Amino acid sequence: MTGILSLTTFTPLIGVAAILLLRAFRSHEDAQTINAVKWITLVTTLATFALSVLLVMQYDPANPGFQFVEDHPWFAGLHYRMGVDGISILFVLLTAFLMPICIAASWFSIDKRVPAYMIAFLVLETLVIGVFCALDLVLFYLFFEFGLVPMFLIIGIWGGKNRVYAAYKFFLYTLLGSVLMLAAILVMISVAGTSSIPELMNYKFDEHLQTWLWLAFFASFAVKMPMWPVHTWLPDAHVEAPTAGSVILAGILLKMGGYGFLRFSLPMFPQASDLFTPLVFALSVIAVVYTSLVAFRQTDIKKLIAYSSVAHMGFVTMGIFAGNAIGVQGAIFQMLSHGVISGALFLCVGVVYDRMHTREIAFYGGLVNRMPWYAATFLLFTMGNVGLPGTSGFIGEITTMVGVYEISTWTAVVAATGVIFSAVYALTLYKRVVFGEITNPALADITDLDWREVAIFAPLIAMTLYLGVYPAAVFDLTQASVDNLAAAYRAAIGG
Amino acid sequence: MTFSQDLALAAPELILAIGALGLLVVGAFAPRATTALMLASIGALILAAWAAAVGPIGRGFSGGLIADNASAFAKVAIYLASAVAILLGQKWFERKAIRNFEFPILILLAALGMGMMASAGDLISLYMGVELHSLALYVLAAMHREDAKASEAGLKYFVLGALSSGLLLYGASLIYGFAGSTKFDEIAAVVQGGASTGVLFGLVFLICGLAFKVSAAPFHMWTPDVYEGAPTPVVAFFAGAPKLAAMVLFARVLAEGFAGAADQWRQVLVLIALLSIFVGAFAGLAQTNLKRLWAYSSIANVGYAVLGLASGSSEGMQAMLVFMVLYMIDVTGFFACLTALSRNGRPMETIGDMAGLFKERPGIALAMTAFSLSALGLPPFSGFWAKFYVFKAALGVGEPMIVIAAVLGLVGSVVAAFYYLRLIKVMWFDTAPGQTDALPREAQVVAISAALFSFPVVMGALIFLDPAAKAAAAAFGLAS
Repeated sequence: MTGILSLTTFTPLIGVAAILLLRAFRSHEDAQTINAVKWITLVTTLATFALSVLLVMQYDPANPGFQFVEDHPWFAGLHYRMGVDGISILFVLLTAFLMPICIAASWFSIDKRVPAYMIAFLVLETLVIGVFCALDLVLFYLFFEFGLVPMFLIIGIWGGKNRVYAAYKFFLYTLLGSVLMLAAILVMISVAGTSSIPELMNYKFDEHLQTWLWLAFFASFAVKMPMWPVHTWLPDAHVEAPTAGSVILAGILLKMGGYGFLRFSLPMFPQASDLFTPLVFALSVIAVVYTSLVAFRQTDIKKLIAYSSVAHMGFVTMGIFAGNAIGVQGAIFQMLSHGVISGALFLCVGVVYDRMHTREIAFYGGLVNRMPWYAATFLLFTMGNVGLPGTSGFIGEITTMVGVYEISTWTAVVAATGVIFSAVYALTLYKRVVFGEITNPALADITDLDWREVAIFAPLIAMTLYLGVYPAAVFDLTQASVDNLAAAYRAAIGG
Repeated sequence: MTFSQDLALAAPELILAIGALGLLVVGAFAPRATTALMLASIGALILAAWAAAVGPIGRGFSGGLIADNASAFAKVAIYLASAVAILLGQKWFERKAIRNFEFPILILLAALGMGMMASAGDLISLYMGVELHSLALYVLAAMHREDAKASEAGLKYFVLGALSSGLLLYGASLIYGFAGSTKFDEIAAVVQGGASTGVLFGLVFLICGLAFKVSAAPFHMWTPDVYEGAPTPVVAFFAGAPKLAAMVLFARVLAEGFAGAADQWRQVLVLIALLSIFVGAFAGLAQTNLKRLWAYSSIANVGYAVLGLASGSSEGMQAMLVFMVLYMIDVTGFFACLTALSRNGRPMETIGDMAGLFKERPGIALAMTAFSLSALGLPPFSGFWAKFYVFKAALGVGEPMIVIAAVLGLVGSVVAAFYYLRLIKVMWFDTAPGQTDALPREAQVVAISAALFSFPVVMGALIFLDPAAKAAAAAFGLAS
């Protein structure tokens, strides 16, 4: 099955080519052309999803190494090298899973420059999948960095009122982190003489150098994650981005930071990771507690969910740097679960935003009277966000905290309070938006979910519950690779 | 070396010199035959590029002229860029009803001078090459005679260029006085293990003169004014090829003449590189005119190339060569875009003019987006690969000063990102104030091809460019 990774990665570009061809033949944008563009995009993303499912089915969970490896020499010692292991394969699946949902969610809400929008999403999909599959440092950097451009355009063209500011902030913040990573990448290549990720994992960098390299990578991934205190771009980006943009941002782009820590920081710079673990724990705990409190004070629904994302990502960084198998497993699970749940929450906001064009919490209230199905859906994802047992959110948080508890009891204890805070803000939000009587006359005629929205939410609901009751579906796939990673890390730091 | 062997080494120069003089005679008798003159000049340049690529290797004219892989690499790039410049400029001048048959001939003479710079083996041929190409460029900058700004640009360029030539010459005479020779290899023998104060004094003057030619800070002041005033297709020419020639000359002087004093000139170059990067990044923030903006962008970019030189290794030289070639293609493409665009007969030159361009001219807007992202250093565009080579070389040296400079340089590129993004923002997010005029075909073709080179062609082209630049860099004879 060699070549399937490249095929999965570049299938979205076939859709781009199809759209461009269509545009070449029909230059004016009538409703029929626009519809065709939408269908092309949806079919392409579904095909990519099918390929990624095939990938997961062909994947051998017992083998901890990289599978489906492709390797072609390029120039200057670089290689086009792709491969997935238990850590990355589920992110590929998550990306391919969320993309068709994003396209369906944008079906009616995007009404200007539709072809460009669809192209931006397809290109983004290729880049994100590429990030998770790349096994060459420079190739990874290509995918990682170029992802800024489609997202910049998505926020800047189709975003809200303050979109230009948010787009700039997003771009420049991330770029500053990335150039430091680029410097580290170049140093690694010249010191180790290779840009191959599997080879670099076995290369022992000098401890002093590790510290610098770790910090450079941390600069990039901490911004991407985002960790407190470099998270401030995220609320702006989320608020201004169109619904589907927020879904991708929260669901997938943030995960690239966590993935980076797992792929680079832990295996390549174990001593430095160990050295900086207290720092990461401290920042994570601050993120969990502080941003939860900040979330509580928000008046904008999207901003509230954005801050809650920062808090949930705090659990992820904690779990990763616990450096034991269960912590890492929990972190990966939490990332997947958060990808589904936060994506779904942004879609829930999108549903009412499409109808009322405001995200002010105070504007709403009493939606349950007019939108019972919506209320039920929103409730499920709110509970998932809080971490209620039976939803995937619970599994992620509990496993992460078990892992962290083994390493640092206090960190786990303080972080656990974050679970309570998250219940406070999430339930308050739910109460103010959904419960009570309708007092705002504008809401009198609001309609419940239509068939398209039901179709969008159904897979997300299924996934949240399925992972909540049967987490082994994920753990079985990640087990071998994570054990391998954790064992190597523990051995390297002598603990 | 016999005289005929010397001549064989100078084959590209001879083709261009004879071609230029011959065409001048033709032009004097048939000034209306501009198209024929244009095609003949392009033919001469392509022939010269071929001669440079396949010609013999060696040192001729008692060491004054060097034909090696480095000069061949540079010449092929310079001559081809000059050919594109003729194509771009001739039509532009015709549309402005300026029927100067001298335009292609001046470019030929400039190309001849640039070729000599790439081949210079002693201080005399260095100075001759620099002057020959500079004089041609001064005239080219002022070629649009009715335009007051163009005349101003030409005059400014001339006065400041003469000043820098003076510095260059003064430095050369000091070096000759203290080292006792004008030939690079003989100077190298004298400065083995460190240069004496006198030679060093001369070297600094020489570096200042060359820094002026490549428009590196703090000798950059002429660049924005000249770029703004000179005709756009002419800017497309002298933002690329002359800088490549001057950088190769720079490398040649430092690597072949002053390798022994590397620790001494390295500090100067790191300073120049960092100043250029930051002047380019910060001063660019305040610009609204795109030609001025790209002038500052070129200052910053030259800073990166100088950083490659400062590495002082064979890898650094290779990085500089790759950087300059990729940059040259980008900058030519960008100015071709500006050449192509006008609204109601008025050229579109400010950032505000570009509002809503994507909706109206998606092809050109995409090309300009590609050039902006490339200049920003975003992968996978050619500008990223250019910086990739430079920083890899700089960080590979392991010298703390260079490593710090490289990291600062990367941070500088984030500052510059702001103005490139602003251009993209204006083109993509804003709405257009009115219709643009029909696009001239030749500028459109140059712009789109350069954009396609910037991405995705570059990713294949580097497979060939990488070894070619490596072989060229090896000719400088530095340790890797």
